[in-house]
Amino acid sequence: MGKRVGMEVSIAAAEAVKQANVDVISAYPITPQTHIVEHLSELVANGEFDAEFFCVESEHSALSVCVGAAATGARTFTCTSSQGLALMSEITYIASGLRLPILMIISNRTLSAPLSIWNDHSDAMSIRDCGWIQFFVENGQEVYDHVFVGYRLGEDRNVLIPVIINMDGFILSHVIEPFELIEQEKIDQFLPPYQPLHQLHPDHPVTMGAFALPSIFAETKKAQEEAIRSSIPKILETWKAFGDMTGRYYHPIETYKAEDADTLLVTMGCFGETASVAVDKMREGGKSVGLVKIRLWRPFPFDAFKQAVVKAKQLVVIDRAISVGACGPVAAEVKAALYGKDQRPLIYNFVAGISGRDVTPSDFIKMVDKAEIEIEEGNKEGYEIYGVRG
Amino acid sequence: MTKPESEWTWKELPVGNVILEPGNASQYRTGDWKTLKPVLNKELCIHCGLCYIFCPDMAYSLSAEGYFIADLYYCKGCGICAKECPTGAISMVLEEEEK
Repeated sequence: MGKRVGMEVSIAAAEAVKQANVDVISAYPITPQTHIVEHLSELVANGEFDAEFFCVESEHSALSVCVGAAATGARTFTCTSSQGLALMSEITYIASGLRLPILMIISNRTLSAPLSIWNDHSDAMSIRDCGWIQFFVENGQEVYDHVFVGYRLGEDRNVLIPVIINMDGFILSHVIEPFELIEQEKIDQFLPPYQPLHQLHPDHPVTMGAFALPSIFAETKKAQEEAIRSSIPKILETWKAFGDMTGRYYHPIETYKAEDADTLLVTMGCFGETASVAVDKMREGGKSVGLVKIRLWRPFPFDAFKQAVVKAKQLVVIDRAISVGACGPVAAEVKAALYGKDQRPLIYNFVAGISGRDVTPSDFIKMVDKAEIEIEEGNKEGYEIYGVRG
Repeated sequence: MTKPESEWTWKELPVGNVILEPGNASQYRTGDWKTLKPVLNKELCIHCGLCYIFCPDMAYSLSAEGYFIADLYYCKGCGICAKECPTGAISMVLEEEEK
């Protein structure tokens, strides 16, 4: 068993990047991701971490440097939040289209306007369709662990897809948590050096990023789509190998007291831990409530999700972002996932905790109560922003 | 790969659409962009080669008879050659509609 220490989550994330033997870090500071790259820059400057650290002039450049470096066969890392991700978004599509296994941590923060530094998932949702494998984690240990999982997975010859680890800004990034750090020898064994399939090298010239005619574009996208869809078994395999090494097993969909529950809360990210406290309280009060947590957002684990929720009478889906003019993006996904099922639970959707507004266990209880009443009264399309005044 | 790119299936594409064979741009027929094509009046041609030098697509090459001739597979019909020709030997004429 590894060493157990107390650490700020951002610092542990940076330590994981060091332990993953990353070659190139390129980042631009933005709250609340700052501590991760600050710590990385210290490690490099102090000679404790042999990597190239690129201070760039924008997030667009930060990811562009990663794309260039990854194309030469380097293991690369970047990290951003909110507006920084928005500025970077153009390159997110390029990284995945070129099939370069970059790893990025997003310390999730609200997109402006109004300007807000606090947490929600609107930044992650703005690049939902960018073609990266996207995880949402619940606590600090999961951030640390997924750095190794992410590189091993993304760099697999049968995958070659960049990976995003979404962690809630401040709520997770700035708290101190206990970590079980993994010994370096174990990591080196789990995560061998990156062996690129194609790379920019003067001895073997290739062209990357050329344009494609309409006659070949659809085939390219089909290949990319098939690669990410068929990465699910590889994701499971990587988690299994990681679990065998550390004892911590991860799953695309995780459940808590969900087996026989009539009502299931559905959450993503940090909400999961708070919601599980609410589930305990409701269970104590005799309510048949459970929790389903989505860890793997892209590729969306349709089968695992359906299996987890199909027996419930109703789902209370809590989104931390709004698809303005529609509903919460997670709810939209969940509805699409269940459409083909003859028997499916009714869905009530709350958008809660946007811009970092606190969502406590009692808020989850109130949401479940409200959803159950609304559904009983025949409201089958329930959608609201929770806790809005007026 | 021997067959043209437009016949590749998604399974045959190199990962990330990396181009492994240099010079594959030569397969791309830019000639079908044009509406006007250059026609050379050999009696006026002084073999100066300015058309060859100015052609942005390098469509011109020297023929065995000593004339610079545009390869219409690549010529986009921009008309720069006709504009630059010092003797007015090149005229741009409407390309016939393909049957």
